[in-house]
Amino acid sequence: MSPVADTTEQFTTDDLAEFTRESSAATALGALALVWVALSVLSLVGVGGIVPPLRELVMVLAVYAGLVFAIGALWRYSKSDALLIVGVMLALYVVFGVAMVVFLELPLNGLVNTLRRITFLSAVYAMLVLALNLHWGYTGLFNIGVAGFMAIGVYTMAIISGPELGLGLPLPLGIVGGVLASALVGLIAALPALRLDADYLAIVTVAFSEIIRLTLNSSVFAEMTLFGTTVGTGGGQGIRTPENPIRAIFYTDPGDTSAGLTPVGDVLFEVTGSLKVFLVSGVGIRDSVVIGLAYVIALVAIVAAFYWLLRRIGNSPFGRVLKAIREDEMVANSLGKDTQLFKIKTFMVGCALMGLAGILWRGSTGFTIPSDYMPIQTFYIFLALIIGGAGSNTGSVLGGIVFATLLFEGPPQLARIIPVLLDDLFGLQITDAPNTSIEAIAPLSSLDVTPFIAYSLENISTLRFIFLGVLIVYLMQNRPEGLLGHRKESAAAVDLSAGRNGGGDRE
Amino acid sequence: MVTVSESPRESGETAETADRADATATHDTDYPLRVEGLRKEFGGITAVDGATFEVEAGSLTGLIGPNGAGKSTTFNCITGIYEPTDGAVYFDGEDVTGLEPYQVAQRGLVRTFQIARELGEMTVLENVMLAPRDQRGEALWRSVTPGVRGGVVEQEAEVRDRAWEMLEFFEIDHLAEEFAGNLSGGQRKLLEMARVLMTDPEMVLLDEPLAGVNPSLENKLLDHIHDLRADGYTFLLVEHDMEVIMENCEHVIVMHQGSVLAEGDAEDIRSNESVIEAYLGEDV
Repeated sequence: MSPVADTTEQFTTDDLAEFTRESSAATALGALALVWVALSVLSLVGVGGIVPPLRELVMVLAVYAGLVFAIGALWRYSKSDALLIVGVMLALYVVFGVAMVVFLELPLNGLVNTLRRITFLSAVYAMLVLALNLHWGYTGLFNIGVAGFMAIGVYTMAIISGPELGLGLPLPLGIVGGVLASALVGLIAALPALRLDADYLAIVTVAFSEIIRLTLNSSVFAEMTLFGTTVGTGGGQGIRTPENPIRAIFYTDPGDTSAGLTPVGDVLFEVTGSLKVFLVSGVGIRDSVVIGLAYVIALVAIVAAFYWLLRRIGNSPFGRVLKAIREDEMVANSLGKDTQLFKIKTFMVGCALMGLAGILWRGSTGFTIPSDYMPIQTFYIFLALIIGGAGSNTGSVLGGIVFATLLFEGPPQLARIIPVLLDDLFGLQITDAPNTSIEAIAPLSSLDVTPFIAYSLENISTLRFIFLGVLIVYLMQNRPEGLLGHRKESAAAVDLSAGRNGGGDRE
Repeated sequence: MVTVSESPRESGETAETADRADATATHDTDYPLRVEGLRKEFGGITAVDGATFEVEAGSLTGLIGPNGAGKSTTFNCITGIYEPTDGAVYFDGEDVTGLEPYQVAQRGLVRTFQIARELGEMTVLENVMLAPRDQRGEALWRSVTPGVRGGVVEQEAEVRDRAWEMLEFFEIDHLAEEFAGNLSGGQRKLLEMARVLMTDPEMVLLDEPLAGVNPSLENKLLDHIHDLRADGYTFLLVEHDMEVIMENCEHVIVMHQGSVLAEGDAEDIRSNESVIEAYLGEDV
């Protein structure tokens, strides 16, 4: 390709510059650095009051501007998708870490636990978004029953291998059973609906998902005795899931911590427990956090496996047919592709992956209840896919990460930081939140903003919901193609540009 | 540009082409497509009313008729998009009546659409690479399984090389990596032809390939069709532009009100009283 063609491609396909405006980030970085220097000088000569906390805030903002700049550059010039994903994740660690340490003065244990939590959420969302991307992004199958297929996976696993209300069979059997059950329910949902238009599939899947949740919630199936064994869904009380197998690395008996540690657990807990490097708080990292961390590392490996699998499916003649079905099913059919069969296969594979992701998420936390699988869960996964860019596997992972950290986990953390900031900067004490919105708004007339702020922060999860709704409206209007835009993730198993012979008269 | 003699047909010769050649040898290959008493009703309307005709192997046959004569419906019945109410369609001596479109296409009878239907958010090259029949990698397990995928990649390289040749033949290879949705109307028509030929068909049904095409592109498309015909492809061409059909097709079928009104070469048709009446809309 000639240099001319190269530049045009940069501007047409790589329109990320539009999104991450590097230049403005660089300007902000410079300005913030200047302000920081000025404030440092002031505080050095002994000016107190607002100056030291403001200096802290400016410093944090400068770090953030630097990150935006760095990610923008990585985004634009990195040819490696893996590098981009790792870069974004690391940048988000810094975003959270710096804020936690500077404003909340979190001890090491709390810091590590926060990072563990955002990684956990990013990983499970990445898996779910990747699975949904196979349905919606690749094949155009509008599945809005993701939560239901997750529930099938988790509950089947819990009933096969769970400690109570379960058959108590080995966990691998439970996981395989859960995944197969999700695929099977996917097939049952798909068979009648896939013959019809996309809208019908949407209606059928959301209905299925709600039927599944309400069935699990019903007391009718909560407990029953089959062949002398008590099994059931636990109804609204939920169901216990098996011990996380990752505990076997640390404990000789995963179910009983008093039974003793394995050699690995012994050494590792000794080390992590004594880490008191900074922000000494008397403890290092707690054992439970270390176990959680080990599980998250396993999850990240599984995300990589999901990604590998879905890329492989996408970059193949099979994936090419899926894309063609998304674009115009009649064309694919008229070219000799049995589109019905392709759709059913794809739907089952996606549902199986949703079931597996559900098991790895909700099945890993000790117990699960039907309200974990509300339609809102599906909405979140869709939002993450839209943010990342439907049709792109890399975009799916990025969307999962950005959604889980910034949009889902970000607001509650921000709600913890804001009172500290207000106290430091303006001496505003955010005390107990009022109980009703009237009590929060009325004092505004006498210019007392504290109750209103306290009320808003108290209800941050509701506000987050509104904010996400507004965001999705904005994105659909202004950037329906998501972060990665219309990326050309080629649907072929070989390098496509390699086949050209002679070159011809390409511009 | 490749010359006609090195057309994709030969370069893409695979095991299955040879198989098919064997199979067709046992059938009546003089007239691969036979339509008998085809009837299609939509509610109370009879769109096709007992149409019967055959298409000769290696010919460029034209199907004309005024608007509403039932040409497109006939096409849709042949290619499985509609299920005929009555009658039968035979391809290569085999009854293909009521089969699904993909089953008809897998037998080597493929079609283009009246309005070009490009796969907009796939590249031009991907559009063309989609088409070939019997792609090993279309089986999910083969695409994914390590070790087995080797065969898939091998075939992909062949398909890709053929696709490039095909795009060069239609002179749209410079657009190979563009999204098909960015193509102009004429380029889309070319893409559609390229895609259909990539299936390595025995017979191609062209549904108004020249509709909305400027004169120079029209000539180019017709040249391509003649080149390909000389190469052994069979074409059935639907048009409502009399002139195009008369000048290019050696055999013409005229449809009117759902049935075949007349058949013959251009001269026969030109002098046929009932055809003239049908076209001029006079009462008989």
